[in-house]
Amino acid sequence: MRRREARAAWTFSLPALLLLTAFLIVPFVLAFALAFTDQRLIPNPRVPTEFVGLRNFQRLLQDATFQRALLNNFAFAAFVVPVQSALALAMAMLVNQRLRGSLVFRTIYFSPVVTTMVVVSAIWFLLYNPTEGFINAFLGTISFGLIEPIAWLQDTRSALAAIAILSIWQGVGFQMVIFLAGLQEIAQQLYEAARIDGANRVQMFRSITLPSLRNTTIFVVISTTILAFRLYDQVKIMTEGGPQNATQTVVYQIERVGFGQLRVGYASALTVVFFLIVLAVALLQRRFLREERTV
Amino acid sequence: MGRRAAWTHTLDYLLMTLLAAFFLFPVVIMLVSSFKPDDALIMRHMSSGMAFVPTEVSLKNYRDVFANVAFLKALRNSVLIVGSIVAIGLFVNSLIAYGLARFRFRGRSLLVGVIIALIIIPFESIAVPLLLIVNRFGWLDTLYVQAIPFIADAFSIFLFYQFFIQVPRDLEEAAVVDGASRFRIYWSVVLPLSRPIIATVTILLFLRHWGQLLWPVMVARSVEVRPLTVAMQQFFGQQPREWGQIMAFAAMITIPVLIVYLLFNRWFVQSIASSGVKG
Repeated sequence: MRRREARAAWTFSLPALLLLTAFLIVPFVLAFALAFTDQRLIPNPRVPTEFVGLRNFQRLLQDATFQRALLNNFAFAAFVVPVQSALALAMAMLVNQRLRGSLVFRTIYFSPVVTTMVVVSAIWFLLYNPTEGFINAFLGTISFGLIEPIAWLQDTRSALAAIAILSIWQGVGFQMVIFLAGLQEIAQQLYEAARIDGANRVQMFRSITLPSLRNTTIFVVISTTILAFRLYDQVKIMTEGGPQNATQTVVYQIERVGFGQLRVGYASALTVVFFLIVLAVALLQRRFLREERTV
Repeated sequence: MGRRAAWTHTLDYLLMTLLAAFFLFPVVIMLVSSFKPDDALIMRHMSSGMAFVPTEVSLKNYRDVFANVAFLKALRNSVLIVGSIVAIGLFVNSLIAYGLARFRFRGRSLLVGVIIALIIIPFESIAVPLLLIVNRFGWLDTLYVQAIPFIADAFSIFLFYQFFIQVPRDLEEAAVVDGASRFRIYWSVVLPLSRPIIATVTILLFLRHWGQLLWPVMVARSVEVRPLTVAMQQFFGQQPREWGQIMAFAAMITIPVLIVYLLFNRWFVQSIASSGVKG
């Protein structure tokens, strides 16, 4: 009986395990191996692939494009993560009040999430147009001409911020829904008791809402951080890493080096660094959540 | 209701309306511009409130998109790729999850642990080695190379697994007494009970793969196999940009998905909420 159960289990698992091994585990392990070689996508038969030790990683340390990409990813995360998380929480609290029409507002706020990033990037490219774009015209009008037209995507100072804004526009509905689920788990009696004690909105937010949302907040912050490091689509469509590497990112560089320049070995080294960053961020989440459990 | 409460309500509505305007305006501009037959007109209107006024309703841009970018072919490719990832993926992932949730065997908890650990690997960190592998197989520029690597998915398995361990065993035990095979029980007893989780996984897989760009950019360049995202990326990259057509193209990618979203709004929200796993 027991043995037959084991056989059934492995039969049920076989298709998924084969696919996961071939298309996830093997390439994942391969990345670590290739990072120490000069493998090319289309190998030259007369120049065999060689083991090059740490050469790829030594080059990474001197690669100005990579350093800029890494810096951009951190800057992007530093801006997007707090802004997007806070905005998502505020939106969740607004629509959670069950005012008349709040379902409609929730539906509207979430709709960019189902809009493909490629499409979002194309639309915003037009909106950001320096001379005729809607955004400059809008800013000029509401400031009575005080805000000069900005060359959003063509200026090294504003390009990354411009991409950050549309990324928040597209993604914040997702985090709002996560927060909304967290808010709905908070017992209403807590608020009623606080109201009887004469607490105001701000006090209730600080002593009930925020502490109750601790795990949800950790999840949102961590998953937004990981998303920030995966930044690619917007850059590919809108700026191709420019101007002057101002929007260069690690994943964009991985694609350019590995696919564009066919340098699989060097791209694998980039990949390893990228994965270690994502892993570190994810482990941070585990740590924080575990602390919560031991309390 | 006191005067103060009325004030805060007014403030809340004001805030909610401003936010709604912020989230709607790009989509409205896309739609309105797509009906304006003249690019010079689109640009002239773009720097004023006229961007929201459908001064003309012409289908010229839509006709041009059909003529210039092989839209239907790209749509077919996207539907085939995402459709097969979702359909085969639902089967393969729920099958292993059921095996892990119901059968006792040596290595079970290790296997569950490995699958949960695999969730952390982002696609970006396997893309280049995977490209090397599929290139060796001679799979480049095909439809199946865009689907097969994504059929098995650790996160989908995890979601199914969590669902199955909560399903009471009574019904299945009754089926065992009736002499049904294990596969039979999975297929005709458990799967019909699993509609909520099937909907969740379908929506999450759809959202993830419909907009995918990195992988098809590397493996699907030709008109015959490219999905909508690559078709858009290539069309967008052509100079000078035909803004009317770009907006019509964008609208044709976006509007069908928005309609499905509006119809199944509750399901979308629930799926996303349940993807925010607690620890």
